[in-house]
Amino acid sequence: MKKLISLSLVLLLMMGLGVPAFAAVDQSELLCGEDYYGRFRDQNITLNVYNWGEYISDGSDDMLDVVSEFEDLTGISVNYTTFASNEEMYAKIKSGGAQYDVIVPSDYMVARMINEDMLLPLDYSNIPNFQMVDDAYKYMEYDSENLYSVPYMWGLVGIIYDSTQIDEVTSWDVLWDERYMGDILMFSNSRDAFGISLLRLGYPINTENLEQLEEAAEELKDQKMLVQAYVMDANFNKMEGGEAVVAPYYAGDALTMMDENPDLAFAYPEEGTNIFVDAFVIPAGCANQEAAEMFINFMCEPRIAAENANYIGYFTTVNGVDDYLDSEYFEPVWPTEEDIAKAQVFSALGEEANLYMDRLWTEILSYNQTGNEWFGPVFLVVALAASITINIVRATKKKREIF
Amino acid sequence: MMNKGLKRASVVYCAIIALFLYIPIGVLIFFSFNQSKSRNLFTGFTLNWYKELFQNEMVLKSLGVTLLVAAVAAVFATVIGTMASVGIFSMKRWQKKVIMNVTYIPIINPEIVMGVSMLLLFSVMKTLFGHIGVDFSMGIVTLIIAHITFNIPYVILSVNPKLRQLDRSLYEAAMDLGCSPVKAFFKVIVPEIMPGIVTGFLMSLTYSIDDFVISYFTSGTSQTLSIVIYSMTRRKVSPEINALSTIIFVVVLTVLLTMNIVDIRKETRLRRQLQREVRR
Repeated sequence: MKKLISLSLVLLLMMGLGVPAFAAVDQSELLCGEDYYGRFRDQNITLNVYNWGEYISDGSDDMLDVVSEFEDLTGISVNYTTFASNEEMYAKIKSGGAQYDVIVPSDYMVARMINEDMLLPLDYSNIPNFQMVDDAYKYMEYDSENLYSVPYMWGLVGIIYDSTQIDEVTSWDVLWDERYMGDILMFSNSRDAFGISLLRLGYPINTENLEQLEEAAEELKDQKMLVQAYVMDANFNKMEGGEAVVAPYYAGDALTMMDENPDLAFAYPEEGTNIFVDAFVIPAGCANQEAAEMFINFMCEPRIAAENANYIGYFTTVNGVDDYLDSEYFEPVWPTEEDIAKAQVFSALGEEANLYMDRLWTEILSYNQTGNEWFGPVFLVVALAASITINIVRATKKKREIF
Repeated sequence: MMNKGLKRASVVYCAIIALFLYIPIGVLIFFSFNQSKSRNLFTGFTLNWYKELFQNEMVLKSLGVTLLVAAVAAVFATVIGTMASVGIFSMKRWQKKVIMNVTYIPIINPEIVMGVSMLLLFSVMKTLFGHIGVDFSMGIVTLIIAHITFNIPYVILSVNPKLRQLDRSLYEAAMDLGCSPVKAFFKVIVPEIMPGIVTGFLMSLTYSIDDFVISYFTSGTSQTLSIVIYSMTRRKVSPEINALSTIIFVVVLTVLLTMNIVDIRKETRLRRQLQREVRR
């Protein structure tokens, strides 16, 4: 038994070590040369990079390991770590829990961090590849003078659905359709959920009008009895396994799901949708801004940007990637000009609207139409009564034993 | 005493409990061999995820951090906790009560409270140290300090009962026979409470490896395995994690099995020896 296990472990190790790293980048494929990337070699610099989980080509599936390519090219070592949400990342930096050199917040979070003086203005002359970034993603509302950010990936929220159950999706209304009761999934984060409800009602997604928010919340409450679950990553399993019929999700992730389940289809609703941009920024307190900018520049190399896009399935903001991009792969979710024109970007909400939305969202999640609100208190009373009786019984028993 | 039906029922009950505990792990292991990334459809057998796992630097690095932190924290916590419980043991009754209650607080306290308070403490320390020109940024050191802190109560709680079972006269006898107090402690007391110390150490190790909440607040720019897995949840937890979990499970299982087998062999050898001596 033991021999067998050690043998299999050795085999595993051999498999791991025996396969050489694939697909190294050729210098000729990069726009900037050794005189740019070689500047910090042998200076023992470490960059702390904080990115979304699974949001960079990491060398699996025989693709580039982008971070180690950068390390090999520049001699800068990268401490690459990951987060799961904007709010989580923000909290960590705001609380002084960690010092990073490059982070990747989404649009509205970039705006918030600029407002709170948490970012350093970039030296764009040190990021020559910024010229490769498509003009459509420069000077966006969240950084209107484009002083702080370099866009990384963009995408749209759309509706992924089972084409064997639903013929065609054109509107957010499908998520409120009683025919699919119990087969609908919904975002579990307030901003995305409210965004959909507001879009469906024809309101701007960044509204700070409390009445509009209220109305959107009422709609979400009505929707709750149709919703199977409020999910984020569980979306993948449920849609791939056919447990749910329709769900809103990000286009890039929809591609991943469609890979697994060919019955799935994807559509952008006619009311418009949310377009998001995740951007590189450098937080205040960065120890080596030039090296951090070099990392950002490397990520804007068309060869690298395309590799990341191919891996993640999100759309890259970088131009000149045609030679490297697997554009056929993106075909099923590629938005039309009209889809993009109708899409709205999240911006930072004011304090009041933010708090109000959070409160409404909590209300929605705890809201129950079937009237089970008695369950909690009743359970508490029963538990208390039980523990009291048990104690009384014990006490009387003890007394009996004494006498 | 027990009738047959009841016995059968208890067997069935145990089987159900075991199934309940092990089916999730079974599913996880099963899907670590799945060709597709899906956790629903099994499309064919592959060892690919194991191969990818050994190439995924981030996961391997975080595993290294996790194991390092757990090992260092468990060693420190065991030493500190054992010393503490020996001290507590020789306290007066009311003192003992107060200290033990204080010890319970971190265990009863929600982890998040401890995580946030540690975070605040470390950021205060950072500014304080900043004044004297020392860079105290959060990372693996703060992670280890935090883990030692929440591990100590577990060690105290597992060593304490062993001390209570201890026969005080043993220690006095050792001193009568010429041991110095230190020697008597190491020669007599430590071997007697060893099972408690080992339990405390293993508990610390497990809790350290398990911990997410406290690590999350105190890890700074380093990252443990649980944090890496958590950060994958917005997009998709990669099947490499299934593969890694499978390997960890198999390793732990083999360690436990060999430990048990060694124990059983030792016991039977001792019993046989005893029987032989009795016969003689």
